Amino acid sequence: MSQNVAAVELKGIWKRFPGVIANSDINLKVEPGTVHAIVGENGAGKSTLMKILYGMQKPDEGTISINGTELSFASPSDAIDAGIGMVHQHFMLADNFTVLENIVLGSEPRKGLSLNFDKARADISAISSENGLEVDPDALVADLGVGDRQRIEILKVLYRGAKILILDEPTAVLVPHEVHELFDTLRDLKKAGNTIIFISHKLDEVLSIADEITVIRRGTTVGSVNPHTQEVSAQDLAVMMVGSELPTPETRGDTIRDEVVLAVENLTVLASGGKPIVDNISFQIRSGEILGIAGVEGNGQAEILDALMGLENSTGTVHFKKEDISNMSTRNRRELGIGFIPEDRHRQALLLTAPLWENRMLGHQTLAPNSNGFLLTPGAAKDDTKRIVEEFDVRTPGIDVLASALSGGNQQKLIVGREMSGEPKLLIAAHPTRGIDVGAQAAIWDHLRHAREAGLAVLLISADLDELIGLSDTIKVLLRGAFVADANPATVTPEQLGTAMTGAGKVSA
Amino acid sequence: MNFRRFGISLIAPLLGVVISVAVTSVILVAINANVGDVFSSMIRYGTSPRAMTLILNLATTYFLSALAVAIGFKMNLFNIGVNGQYVLGAVAAGAVAGALTLPKIPSVIITILVAMVVGAAWAGIAAWLKVARGVSEVISTIMLNFIAIAIISYVIVRTSVGHETSLNVRGTKEIAESGMLRGLALLDEGTKIYGFFFISIFIGIAYWFILNRTRFGYDLRATGHSASAARTSGIDARRMTVVTMLLSGAIAGLVGLPYLLGEAASYNLNFPTDWGFTGIAIALLGRNNPVGIAVGALLWAFLDVASGQLILEGIPREITTIMQGLIVIVVVISYEIVRRRQLTTEQTRVAKALEAQGVSA
Repeated sequence: MSQNVAAVELKGIWKRFPGVIANSDINLKVEPGTVHAIVGENGAGKSTLMKILYGMQKPDEGTISINGTELSFASPSDAIDAGIGMVHQHFMLADNFTVLENIVLGSEPRKGLSLNFDKARADISAISSENGLEVDPDALVADLGVGDRQRIEILKVLYRGAKILILDEPTAVLVPHEVHELFDTLRDLKKAGNTIIFISHKLDEVLSIADEITVIRRGTTVGSVNPHTQEVSAQDLAVMMVGSELPTPETRGDTIRDEVVLAVENLTVLASGGKPIVDNISFQIRSGEILGIAGVEGNGQAEILDALMGLENSTGTVHFKKEDISNMSTRNRRELGIGFIPEDRHRQALLLTAPLWENRMLGHQTLAPNSNGFLLTPGAAKDDTKRIVEEFDVRTPGIDVLASALSGGNQQKLIVGREMSGEPKLLIAAHPTRGIDVGAQAAIWDHLRHAREAGLAVLLISADLDELIGLSDTIKVLLRGAFVADANPATVTPEQLGTAMTGAGKVSA
Repeated sequence: MNFRRFGISLIAPLLGVVISVAVTSVILVAINANVGDVFSSMIRYGTSPRAMTLILNLATTYFLSALAVAIGFKMNLFNIGVNGQYVLGAVAAGAVAGALTLPKIPSVIITILVAMVVGAAWAGIAAWLKVARGVSEVISTIMLNFIAIAIISYVIVRTSVGHETSLNVRGTKEIAESGMLRGLALLDEGTKIYGFFFISIFIGIAYWFILNRTRFGYDLRATGHSASAARTSGIDARRMTVVTMLLSGAIAGLVGLPYLLGEAASYNLNFPTDWGFTGIAIALLGRNNPVGIAVGALLWAFLDVASGQLILEGIPREITTIMQGLIVIVVVISYEIVRRRQLTTEQTRVAKALEAQGVSA
């Protein structure tokens, strides 16, 4: 393999959509046998670029060269023929098929009229051992975890002859130890001579795996760095990504009052098998206090939130301002003044096919300004939607557009604005700024800070440890459904907190 | 912008009519019929005062049937059991009205209430099975249709509810003229527009109002948009399923009444029993919108009434069945295409508008 010829070279790529320039003058050179990361904020143009490289979209201008040959892709199958493979963020696997069947699906080797599974099996085991991807070809996909599923997706791509792999946000769905396994896999793939294009916005991960990092900002490549030869920090990359210093979430100054807003005692949620997934936890949140729960995803956070909102069966008692709400319906809890920002905005917090003003009603449809309990009051709801759009800087041409037409960050701003409307007494928030660009993130932190000063109690769950430490007055560490440690946000570092989350160490209280 | 959406929503039905006329023309040519003659005679007959009255009357029935289906569709609940619900409702209403000797207004009101309660109760069985036992309402309502037909046959043939009627078939006791709602002869001297035509307009308005202006309607639509988001917002999915199914059944219970009170006066064994399925097709055509459903019901009724004329021309009346089927298929497919395109064009449009304002999305 010649070291002089780039595996992938993009020159002067432009892509315009009606009214939007998605990519402008993109230049990218990926050396063969390397892991090349492409980082940028949501909406910076990463996905469009990858779609162009994978033949899903045609560039308006510019050239694509693969291994030194200039090519033009009319469809993904042309890209596959050129040895490019795409591992999508959302897996596309048939659950009731075996690993083997899933891998060959769509390009099955045939023997006459029947499928040649022996040849497929031999091919797959050869590819697996070459690249250090171990999977049991006869396992049912339904029984496999996320990490295994991702390996199958990678195998699928390799099986189709790809030597250049595009991974779109591959770590978004993984827990930390799976991320390590993925990175080991990527190193093996690299050793076997493959080239990997790794799209992400998690800068720490990028720094630990990439040989070269290209930053995209507002549709154009703003620079490349080599972390092996240059001294770069996540902070440096972030500055390149957003073009300015990152704000930090700081809420110092004690605003905690005496009044206990939420008191939870012995809360337990059982999984379907009868095993406790939230195990007998108790805590209190006072007016003006932000309680952060730190923990690796899947340790019971989602279940705590659902139980507090009355969406999940639980035992134990929950008091809201001295009132026992343990057996109250979700609607009644919301009517008391509990705001809820759920984890999955598309599934839980939005009606994607409804206009923004109808989304403003969701979860608050029994209260003003949305209804008088029986009849809707669309006029008042629309006016209030305009207020939210204004105050929370939701970027939209109007309030009649469908929620699905907004970018993820703007959808989230609408949700946060909605849940903070009507002066809630308690806000239960999961990842309130996930997927939001830096500027909007700072605005949401501001809103939270002001509401906290005004006496709002907040239960905060966030995977962003800087956010959790910066905003919280108190932090509790959740592991396997139970609190294992308390941390003082004034002194704890993300590293210490991360260690405590895995159960490896204690944090000072 | 709402005009835009409205315009787009007209594309699909127009396309459906155009394609179905085109395909039907090919078939007519294949059976050596004169295409121009067939269509012009359908239109000529269909626009005569008598035919128009018949069309309005039949469309009234279809409209109610489609509304019953549509209210379930709005929250992704498939009430396939309108047939069973309306035949039971009509038998009960016929039996009660036949026994009543009251002035017109109280008599008709009681008849209507009986039909609605019986329809709702029959649909309620499917609702209960769904929330308590997890039985798909599609399966249970289909099965309940068969059971309903068997029940009415038994009731009319074997019990004192059935009488010999003037038509020499067994049916419920004939309703006295004071209990009927025969309607007004507005278009044609010999045929009346059913009284229920006017009632169904009111029901259509009520349907729109409940769905779009009440909190209950919002909950129902939200559940249809996203069941998971609706649940998180505090909507009780089981309660919604039960209430919506009962409402759907109550409207379904009315489907037999325009004909029963406007013409038949007795539910006999010749009473049509498949208007519920027509309602499904028309709800799809009208996209669950009351105006769309009204237009769909009129179109469907026009084809049904005009088909009678085709026999006189020596053309098989099944030609109109083919047209109806084609319209539904084309419309359903093009709605789906339009819906997908609309989502992407909306995204592009939003991005464009933001670009014009000088901000990036």
